[in-house]
Formats: sequence, structure tokens, C-alpha cells
Amino acid sequence: MRGNHVAAEAAVRAGCRYYFGYPITPQNEIPEYMSARLSEIEGGVFIQAESEIASIHMVIGASMAGGRVMTSSSGPGISLKQEGISFLCALELPAVIINMTRGGPGLGNIAPAQSDYFQATRGGGHGDYRTLVFGPNSCQELANLTYEGFNLADKYRIPVVILGDGMLGQMMEPVELPPEIPLKKLPPKDWTLTGAKGRPSRFLRSLILDPIKEEEHNWKLMRKYEKIVREEVRWETAYADDAKMMVIAFGIAARIAKGAIKRLREEGIKVGLLRPITLWPFPSKAIRDLAKKVKHFFVFEMNMGQMVEDVKLALEGNGEVHFYGRPGGVILTPLEIARVISSQYYQKRLG
Amino acid sequence: MKKVFSRPKSLKPTPFHYCPGCGHSIIHRLIGEVIDEMNLQEKIIGVPPAGCAVLAYNYFDIDMGEASHGRAAALATGLKRALPDRVVFTYQGDGDIAAIGTAESIHAAARGENITTIFVNNGVYGMTGGQMAPTTILGQNTTTSPRGRKESRDGFPINLSEMIAIAPGSAYIERTAVNNPANILKTKKAIAKAFRLQLQGFGFTLVEILSACPTNWKMAPIDACKWIDEVMSVHFPLGVLKDISGEKRDAH
Ligand SMILES: Cc1ncc(C[n+]2csc(CCOP(=O)(O)OP(=O)(O)O)c2C)c(N)n1
Ligand code: SF4
Ligand SMILES: [Mg+2]
Repeated sequence: MRGNHVAAEAAVRAGCRYYFGYPITPQNEIPEYMSARLSEIEGGVFIQAESEIASIHMVIGASMAGGRVMTSSSGPGISLKQEGISFLCALELPAVIINMTRGGPGLGNIAPAQSDYFQATRGGGHGDYRTLVFGPNSCQELANLTYEGFNLADKYRIPVVILGDGMLGQMMEPVELPPEIPLKKLPPKDWTLTGAKGRPSRFLRSLILDPIKEEEHNWKLMRKYEKIVREEVRWETAYADDAKMMVIAFGIAARIAKGAIKRLREEGIKVGLLRPITLWPFPSKAIRDLAKKVKHFFVFEMNMGQMVEDVKLALEGNGEVHFYGRPGGVILTPLEIARVISSQYYQKRLG
Repeated sequence: MKKVFSRPKSLKPTPFHYCPGCGHSIIHRLIGEVIDEMNLQEKIIGVPPAGCAVLAYNYFDIDMGEASHGRAAALATGLKRALPDRVVFTYQGDGDIAAIGTAESIHAAARGENITTIFVNNGVYGMTGGQMAPTTILGQNTTTSPRGRKESRDGFPINLSEMIAIAPGSAYIERTAVNNPANILKTKKAIAKAFRLQLQGFGFTLVEILSACPTNWKMAPIDACKWIDEVMSVHFPLGVLKDISGEKRDAH
């Protein structure tokens, strides 16, 4: 299955019954799939909204009603959704948002890029907030993380961002899809707006005029974010045991880097890979721990250098960081990136 | 003694923060009465966006979800699609619905979303201190049109309800006012009718209410009510703009 279809089907299996979106390449297969799939399901709702601003606010409405809800877009559309993402966080509403990133800034192009890392991990909208951000590197992982994303969104009452890219959305791989969750099995929510039948009325709001109360609300969000940092960080390493240099890359870039490292290992070059799976929370501790053994870090991203800042923050100076990036939607081959890694490896006299 | 007047059950016993003579207070009360009379308290959800009435959830004893400025119609769309058997209404100012939220409102109407919009037209941005609104009429003074709105600089006001009435998805659009007892009564009937048509599944319903903002109009409440009759309603004529229900006019 194609990545975009995989994400859409995984969402439906996770109980997503509401999808609101607006066409933009390279993610159009998600709304196309959802429009067909959700119309086959009783209670399924698909709306092609008039804009990404409208679609993210439809997401807010369906989430307030207690539904599992998703939207997806790319670059320019994700920028328009930022207002709503800030409100989702303030209102503590669950939702899943997929960004199949394209080259930017501006209209950029429709080629795969990782240039929305800052926007996704820093909270591109206003106010102090975080979203859980996943960076899947295969169709299988895209399926698993989208599926799990709905559970985590509900668990923490937080929007979950799936930061893919044009390549992940378009590529075809065999996938084992997770089982369909019956809606009745989903944990109940005691905060939704459903009409105050047999209970006191409720409201959901983000306007908190009293600074002391707004501060309290911010601390409450902060404690939730701290819990997520403690419990939800995910990463994976490969060839790390004897590595003299660690490559750090996420998503599709990590997949290309892994191909390169395999090649380099055959030449006896001792390079390993650390791949953050959650981009927020970032696997800072894992990187700091690595720095006890390894002093050289090679960060590869398909942008001008964004995640590298998190790597440097994690290392707190305990390691030398070299960055190599290709922005604009350029896709390197494993051979090309292998050359850059090995030249850095020899410059540092590691072999 | 017989009690002839009391607070509607669907309003909380919280005093309104609105200025003296403000139309929002009257409109809240009317909505509260309609909710009670139609027995909707347990099945209605309100959506107040940014504007003087954003705190409506402090006053209505019903479920309410705040929207950001202009997005009420989109948010209400999500709510209603998820809960099609509930009554969903938005409560929007003129800046909210006819400037920043124009797209959301027109498209909700075009889709025929089965929701009701209460559109409170006071001709200014009340909450932010009386700036020019999309409904500020030519010549009207506001803090950002200090010597009166000029078409050459500020453009013309928008009659959004007329625009929405053209949309095939809209079912019932009426413009009323809350500046005298007769108009207040008509407004109440219009709100009730909009909710009723929503319950019957007719599609998008909207009641635009010309409403005084004495504070920003810099008028005494009485003069503000007169100004609605003499000036404002000339530009925004009262009456039914669209009704596909087939109900008789006075069957309100
Ligand atoms: C995105 C955004 N822009 C601006 C504002 C500031 N703001 C809050 S209410 C408002 C205008 C309200 O005017 P109106 O909708 O007419 O309601 P009223 O207060 O007059 O009832 C503005 C500009 C905001 N909250 N959000
Ligand atoms: S500023 Fe105007 S609209 Fe706002 S509460 Fe006062 S009178 Fe009402
Ligand atoms: Mg106004």
C-alpha cells in the first residue's frame, strides 16, 4: 500500500470517524481515501473544507464532541492550521495531524523535505505548548504510529503530529495493518460537549483572563508535557556498540543514512545510527548517554539544520557535532551520503 | 402571589458583565427563554467565539465550546456532524462573522450545515474597543474611522446575511433588532424558528440582530435604540431574507 493510504486506513482502524481536510500535494491520497472509506462506515464524516483553517477548527468541534478525529496536510496548509493547533493544546483536545512535508519555504515544491521540524517540535502557533511529534521512516511504522497516535492523543488530551514527508506518503511497501478497534471499546471521556443531559453543563475555553489562573493552566500543561517526556520518548539505534561516530537522522533521512552505514560497515568504517522516533519528546538522554562512549556525531537532515539544534542541546558540549543537510526536496542516495560520512570519519582520524 | 417573571433556567445566576444598554444582555435572555420553552437545555451546544460575548459560557447553563475569532461556523460544523441529533448554535459578532470568519460562515451555509447562527450586528468591534467593523456604515465614527467611514479609504460595509441568503444551503435568514419591545419579541420568535427548523433538518439558519453598543457608539442607551431605527436599519433592513420552510410568516 501507498504511505498515504496506509496512514488513512490505520486511522480508521484506530476508531477515527471524522476527517476534515483540504487538498495539497503530496498528501492528497489521504483525503481521497478517507472520503471513500468514511462514507462506507455508519457515522463516518468526511468534509473537504474551504481551507486548512476551517478544517482544523472542524477537528476542534468533532474533538469537543468526543470523536476520534484527524486532519492532514503539507507545508503551507500546516502553517494555516497552527492557529487551531494552539487552541487544541490550550483546550486540551485530542486529535491526529499528519504533515507529509514538502520543500519550503513558501510554496516551495512538492518534493520530500524535513524543513517543518522546527514548526512541528516548537509549536508553530502562539503560546507555550507542545505536541507529541512522531517521525516514521517506513509505511509499517507510519501505520503503527498513526494508530497509536490516537490512543496517546486521548490519553494525554493532546494533538499528535505525524511528521512524514512526500516520499513516505508516496512510497509503496507491504504493511501489516493493526486490527480495527470497536468504538465501544474506547475509554470513555468525561469532558466532552454532548448537551448537558442528566449532568451539569460544561464548557471548554482557552480564555483565562486572570493571569494567576492562566499561569496555573500553563503549569498544568507543563506537568503533562513533563510526564510525556518521562514516558513517551522513543528512538532506535543500529550498529551503535562499537561505533566511533554516530549518525543522527530521523524519518526518511534515517532510512537513507542506514543504507549508507551498511555500506560503510562493509568497508570497516565504525559508524552507527541513532534514529529519534519521537521528535518531541526528543531522545536527549539517549544521546547524552551515547556521548559517554562516542565523541563524534554526524547529523543528517533534509533541511538546512533544524534537529541538529536539539542534538547540540542534548550533548551540552559533550561531543563534536557535524551537520550535513540538503534542503529543497533533494533526495540523496545512500552512496552519496556514505561518501560524506566517510570523509568526515577520516578527517577526524577515526580510521 | 404568582411569579410572572424569573430568570430562564438555562441561564446561570451570574450577573452579565455587559455594559448598560448592551444588546448582548437582551439577546442572551431571549436565547435562554427559547431554550427553556423548547426544552433544549439538555440537547443544545453553543459556540461563542472571540468578541464581547466570548464569556457566554459563564452565563448559559448549557454545554458550550469556545471558538477562536471567526471560526465558530467551522467548529460548530465539526460538533454537529459528530452529534447530528443535538441542536448546535454559534453566537457571533459582526467582526467575527463578516470579516475574519467570512469564509467559514459562507461555506457552512453553502454546505447547508444544519446549525443556527445568532449574528449580533453592533456595527463595531466591541471587545477590542470600538474599531471599525465590516458592518460599520458609511460616515459612522469608530476609533479606526475617526472622521467617519469613507468608501475611498475604508471600502463599503458588507451585508453578510443577504450574501448568505443566496446560498442554496441556507434555509432561513431573518434580520431583527432588539431596540424596542416589538422588535425584541420578533427576535425571540426568529430565534425559536431557527432552532425549530434546525430540529426539522432544514439546513443553515441565521438570525442577524441589530444590537446597540452604547459604549462604543458613544451614545446614551435610548439614543442608541433610536439610532438603530433611524440610521442602522436603513442600511440593514429588518425582515425575513429567506425562508424555505413554507411556514406562514406569522406562524413564528
Ligand atoms: C485572530 C484574532 N485576531 C484578533 C483578535 C482580537 N479580537 C477579539 S474580539 C474582536 C472583534 C470582536 O468584534 P465582533 O465580532 O463584532 O464582536 P463584538 O465584541 O462587537 O460583540 C477582535 C478583533 C482575536 N481574538 N483573534
Ligand atoms: S462594548 Fe459594546 S458590545 Fe461590548 S459589552 Fe459594551 S456595549 Fe456591549
Ligand atoms: Mg461587533
